[in-house]
Amino acid sequence: MSLTLLAVQALNGLQLGLLLFLIAAGLTLVFGVMDFINLAHGAQYMTGAYLAVFFYGHTGHFGAALALALLAALALGLVLEALVWRRLYDRPHLDQVLATFGVILILTEGARALFGPSPLSLPRPEILSGAVPLMAGLNYPVWRLAIIAAGLAAALGLWLMVARTRLGMQVRAGADDAAMIGALGVDVARLFRAVFGLGAMLAGFAGVMAAPVLAVEPDMGDGVLILAFVVIVIGGVGSIRGAFIAALMVGLVDTLGRSLSTDVARLFLSPAAANDAGPAVASMLVYVLMAAVLFARPQGLFPARAG
Amino acid sequence: MRAAAVLLALAAAPPVLEGLDAGFWVVTLSRALIFAIAAMALQFVLGRGGLVCFGFAAFMGIGAYAVGVAYANGVEDALVAFPLAMLAAGGFAALTGLAALRTRGVHFIMITLAFGQMAYFAVTALSAYGGDDGMTLWTRSTLGGFGWIEGRWPLYYACLGAAAATWALLRALGASRFGRVIDGARQNPGRMAALGFDVRRAQLAAYALSGALGGLAGALLANHAEYVSPAYMSWHRSGELIVMVVLGGAASLGGAGFGALVVVALEEVLAGWTQHWRIAMGLIVLAVALFARDGLAGTLTGALARLRR
Amino acid sequence: MSVLAVEGLRKRFGALAATDGVSLTVAPGEVHALIGPNGAGKTTLIAQIAGALTPDAGAIRLMGRDVTRAPAHARARAGLARTFQISATFLDMTARENAALAAQAFARRPLNPFGAVARDRALNAAAEAALAQVGLAGRGDMRARALSHGERRALELAMALAGRPRLLLLDEPMAGVGRSETHRLTETLQALRGTVAMLLVEHDMGAVFALADRVSVLVAGRVIATGAPEAIRADPAVRAAYLGEDG
Repeated sequence: MSLTLLAVQALNGLQLGLLLFLIAAGLTLVFGVMDFINLAHGAQYMTGAYLAVFFYGHTGHFGAALALALLAALALGLVLEALVWRRLYDRPHLDQVLATFGVILILTEGARALFGPSPLSLPRPEILSGAVPLMAGLNYPVWRLAIIAAGLAAALGLWLMVARTRLGMQVRAGADDAAMIGALGVDVARLFRAVFGLGAMLAGFAGVMAAPVLAVEPDMGDGVLILAFVVIVIGGVGSIRGAFIAALMVGLVDTLGRSLSTDVARLFLSPAAANDAGPAVASMLVYVLMAAVLFARPQGLFPARAG
Repeated sequence: MRAAAVLLALAAAPPVLEGLDAGFWVVTLSRALIFAIAAMALQFVLGRGGLVCFGFAAFMGIGAYAVGVAYANGVEDALVAFPLAMLAAGGFAALTGLAALRTRGVHFIMITLAFGQMAYFAVTALSAYGGDDGMTLWTRSTLGGFGWIEGRWPLYYACLGAAAATWALLRALGASRFGRVIDGARQNPGRMAALGFDVRRAQLAAYALSGALGGLAGALLANHAEYVSPAYMSWHRSGELIVMVVLGGAASLGGAGFGALVVVALEEVLAGWTQHWRIAMGLIVLAVALFARDGLAGTLTGALARLRR
Repeated sequence: MSVLAVEGLRKRFGALAATDGVSLTVAPGEVHALIGPNGAGKTTLIAQIAGALTPDAGAIRLMGRDVTRAPAHARARAGLARTFQISATFLDMTARENAALAAQAFARRPLNPFGAVARDRALNAAAEAALAQVGLAGRGDMRARALSHGERRALELAMALAGRPRLLLLDEPMAGVGRSETHRLTETLQALRGTVAMLLVEHDMGAVFALADRVSVLVAGRVIATGAPEAIRADPAVRAAYLGEDG
């Protein structure tokens, strides 16, 4: 494999990793602060993408579509929080799993009913389309670089928020003991709403950014949700730093694994068998990585909570 | 005695349905019995064991594919294919259980979900066995060359027999010393360890057995549909299995079987009404999670008690 | 050979040294009490001895065997039994079932998948004997949830004794127990003296002085004094640690 191809795949892996981070960050925050397992988070990513397609169809302008989609995603997140999630904070995880599973069914099939089962696409904005030469013989799509930049900016923004702002302090304290900060006068209900809203917007944002490069279809949230779970398990539930590092690991391992696996398999097997075995093994790599991390550190690499 | 009554009713179902000119429902009932086997197996680890496994469909799928792969390689005998299905599924459960059971709570849920997806993706990539499209089985498993489950009724009674045997097995297991350890491990694993029980080993054994029974259900499913596909292992299926267990009351083995019947029948009816039946299903699941947490029976008795006051 | 030998145990939580080089021994049949002001690190020390927490440094030996990193269930099989500071009986099981479960751990086939455990004569007999030993004979059919706090403490003791342990780790057995039941519990423990060694963590000084052969005082993660009860009572360093605390 040539160096150019390797560089391209590495960048793709970085892009996937940052996209996963945007989704995993919301998921791990919600878990860290509310002890709430939200399976429907992938559906929020999906609705972000569909909302962008919808608004683009009505405005013809990417920037407007992005802004409107984010607002709508936030609104949807807050509505879900008020109607459903709020009743589940004190319930056992099994109840949360069931309820969020029900919501996934509703949202996914709803998208299928409203937009049809065929994949849709969202065109990139003019100024960010095309490719730039990064090195000799390597032209990389501008939009993918934009995703990387947006992901890094979001990571920086999140870090600043958690470390420097009052909301961030409440988030950190709430992650330790929500009942305690409630007793200290913090409006816990408002904090929970804020965390959920933030998570919904991050996931929706990821959906909008991903829409121009991936197919927008009703099931798009599924695969990404599972990977986000793998990221959180590896990084440590409740830890944003862990989510960041784990997301990059998962993105790189998955992307590089898929592109290299068939070649590696050819070293051991016949071409026909390698063509089968390669992709099969590649698809399992991140899970093997997860299992390996778990064996050594059942709490993940950077556990935020002691227990 | 209630169990005997249920068994009798189920045994009498085919001729009764045939008489009512509703013979097609025997097919649905077979499917319900197959999922009842899986749901009861899941109840043992989830309801008794307290382990919320969100990847159980993988065990069914592996069992189904064991039958499919054997078939594709010329092995049609049930005496080979069925044990193979149970061994493959149980083995997968044991291997993934080794890693998953080192964790608790939310971690365990996410890990079992991830392992289930791993199986799904691995199978989708196997283009030799149909990949995404799946694989058709042109004949059902044989028994010494004899087509013992060809035809609606023979398959139904085979499924009924397997379901009854599964129920009896899990019932006896639950009432044994092993069952008490699983109970105790659910309530307070730290206490059990302090008493001298190797909790992880006990849970791994339960998990592997449960997986093997899931494989049995999968083998029957492959025969029922005469088709195997990666969709058998999707996490949506895993979610549906959990719904079945909770609907029947998570603490009840028989309830899980009942839950399976309700969900399978419901899906059949809803799918007949609208293409977008999943929305209705989602609303029902949501309602169960929010309001009927103790299962239908528990909710009914609760409502009746409130009315009496 | 000591039943329990703790050597140079250390455990930190961030900047806090909860266990700062603790060494102590428990001789066969001895009742060794561990006292100390709140926050001294008694719970952390007990957790490390029981296997719920892994020490950063040091060693723990049970009957000469190194169990520093052994899991809790292995220590139980090596002869260590414990009661918990917050009652840890199985509330939805009856008292007899609780005791039977404890006995089951040391039966020949603890994970036997065959046979109805509710009718298991050997286990039920062992359970009844254990209940009688702690004064709960006749209460076997009560759900643990329905027992009084003191009775639940007694049940915990019965469960701990089920495997005929060599060492009993008692984590504040008198906590929250009324006067008459404290008396009964103390009598039960008195009756056990000599048959099993005990490491008793307690605040109730009456119980400590009635039962202990030796007393160790833990302050800020360190043992500041070990000796006979009367000597400890008179020790100026100990008085300072306690009276200084209360002011």
